[in-house]
Amino acid sequence: MLRYIGRRLLEAIPVMFVIITGTFFMQRFVPGGPFTAEKAVTPEVERNLLAYYHLNDPLWKQYADYLWDLTPKRFHPFALTQGFDLKEAFGIDFRPSFKYPNRTVNEIIADKLPVSLELGVLSLGVALAVGLPLGVLAAVKRNSWIDYVCSSVAMTGICVPTFVLGPLLVLAFAIHLGWFNASGWYGPIDRVLPSLTLGSVYAAYIARLTRGGFLEVLHQDYIRTARAKGASEARVIFRHALRGGLLPVVSFLGPAVAGILTGSFVIETIFQIPGLGREFVNSAFNRDYTLILGTVILYAGFIIALNLVVDVVQVWMNPKLKFE
Amino acid sequence: MNSSPAPLSAPLPPPPAEPVELEAGHSLWSGAWHRLRKNLLALCGGVAVICLALLCAIGPIFAQSYEDQNLDLGAVGPNAAHWLGTDTLGRDLFARMLYGGRISLMVGLVATFVALVIGVSYGAIAGYVGGKVDAAMMRIVDILYALPFTIFVILLMVFFGRNIFLLFFAIGAVEWLTMARIVRGQVLSIKRMEFIEAARALGFGRRRIIFRHVIPNVLGPIIVYTTLTIPAVMLLEAFLSFLGLGVQPPMSSWGALIKDGADKMEEFWWLLVFPGGIFSLTLFSLNFLGDGLRDALDVRSAKD
Repeated sequence: MLRYIGRRLLEAIPVMFVIITGTFFMQRFVPGGPFTAEKAVTPEVERNLLAYYHLNDPLWKQYADYLWDLTPKRFHPFALTQGFDLKEAFGIDFRPSFKYPNRTVNEIIADKLPVSLELGVLSLGVALAVGLPLGVLAAVKRNSWIDYVCSSVAMTGICVPTFVLGPLLVLAFAIHLGWFNASGWYGPIDRVLPSLTLGSVYAAYIARLTRGGFLEVLHQDYIRTARAKGASEARVIFRHALRGGLLPVVSFLGPAVAGILTGSFVIETIFQIPGLGREFVNSAFNRDYTLILGTVILYAGFIIALNLVVDVVQVWMNPKLKFE
Repeated sequence: MNSSPAPLSAPLPPPPAEPVELEAGHSLWSGAWHRLRKNLLALCGGVAVICLALLCAIGPIFAQSYEDQNLDLGAVGPNAAHWLGTDTLGRDLFARMLYGGRISLMVGLVATFVALVIGVSYGAIAGYVGGKVDAAMMRIVDILYALPFTIFVILLMVFFGRNIFLLFFAIGAVEWLTMARIVRGQVLSIKRMEFIEAARALGFGRRRIIFRHVIPNVLGPIIVYTTLTIPAVMLLEAFLSFLGLGVQPPMSSWGALIKDGADKMEEFWWLLVFPGGIFSLTLFSLNFLGDGLRDALDVRSAKD
């Protein structure tokens, strides 16, 4: 298993390299730049700006310098617990932002990432807490009205996208009923609507996958054996069927996490949440070279790492699979 | 040991007095159609999709132009003259929804077509050629699967201006991966069948075998996943439009209308509810149709 993880990590290096290179050159070769939107600056200011961001160097040198700054140089993962600074922890330097000249991209990430992480974890929690019971219930009570209700709820979750559901929830529960704030990210109550909205789609998918997985498992011989030996229904479900029935859900968690990540762009816009997702979209509009690269690299690293975790868990849960 | 072959000794049935009508054979398609007909939800979905598409295609001819403004009117709720109300610029919401639907459905169709062409060719070639080529090609797909593609579509749309043709390609380029995987799996099982052997024995080239003999036999799964890709594509387009990266004004798509409605929902609820409703209705219809087709054509799930 360690060999498998090692190989996957090695494989990730060229992938990250391609992502960094692609993003770096793509943003340089398109018209417009970080300073074109602003009022015309005096030539002197412009010269200073270009010098400050090393934009006068030949492009290949900028690229090489940037790659060097990104290369991990130390390994203090525990530094991450005191503020999420990748420079303290690994010596990864994303450089100063173009739009906020006094701040480095590392600082912005350390500032905004925890918000997005909290939103993502809560949403995933909602998705699992709602999706799993719905799916199990639908599978156990197959072809009954309970199944139809659960499956319809799941279909609704899939077909009402977050950017429709979110505003509708705000309209109903914040504006008309006044139970929540329409936007903001202050108290715990502000977490409710955004995580419900973002989690809904994945709750729906998880319910469908759980239902399918359980239906397949409940037909197996070993379940019949368990029943024949007089195991209670609850024991059959939670003790015998759970592990096999959850397999499709585990393999879905990789895409789900990636989806929650990108879904947060819209949710953070709807609910005015100061997270990294909104920062990323703004940075793209602002042509904030370093902030774009920093967030893209961070997201890509996250998704690659989480996919690896999901794959390992999958093999651990299903001995039929092997690390190849 | 066996009992005597009774059927042989039994008297032959009397010859039919008049020619019986032969029962028509059940091809894959007629069987599938038979099963689909029994699935009420899928049928409703199919009919709804066709109605919506016709409405969007023909409706704008009769409705007011989506650009017609009546600034004195401003935003008014649903009434007799404007069935679904007007937006803040006094434009008829129903007309705008029909025009927006044209764009949304067109993006759905064209981008799905792009994904279809890339995915089917890629998957068929990988599956048919097999061996190291297949391993390498599928490894690339695995890696691409793990990438945050939506992020790249966002960057593309920002950097290269919000061009609708770029939108088609960017979305199509993201959505072909699942199709490639499915087609490859199917091709792997089909290429070992005798009729492929026969085609090879007849001396046909690879290209001809792949495109004339293999692909027609994986049409079932392709149709099912095309139907299910259309809502996924439309969702991505609406997502981009919601972020302000999709279709630009004065043109409109359902995603852009939803965005507009979400911004103004506090005073003008209909601007959010109707576009959101028609969009969700379309997604419902397409998903039910796709699920029904999957059951009817007996296609296994994509995860296999």
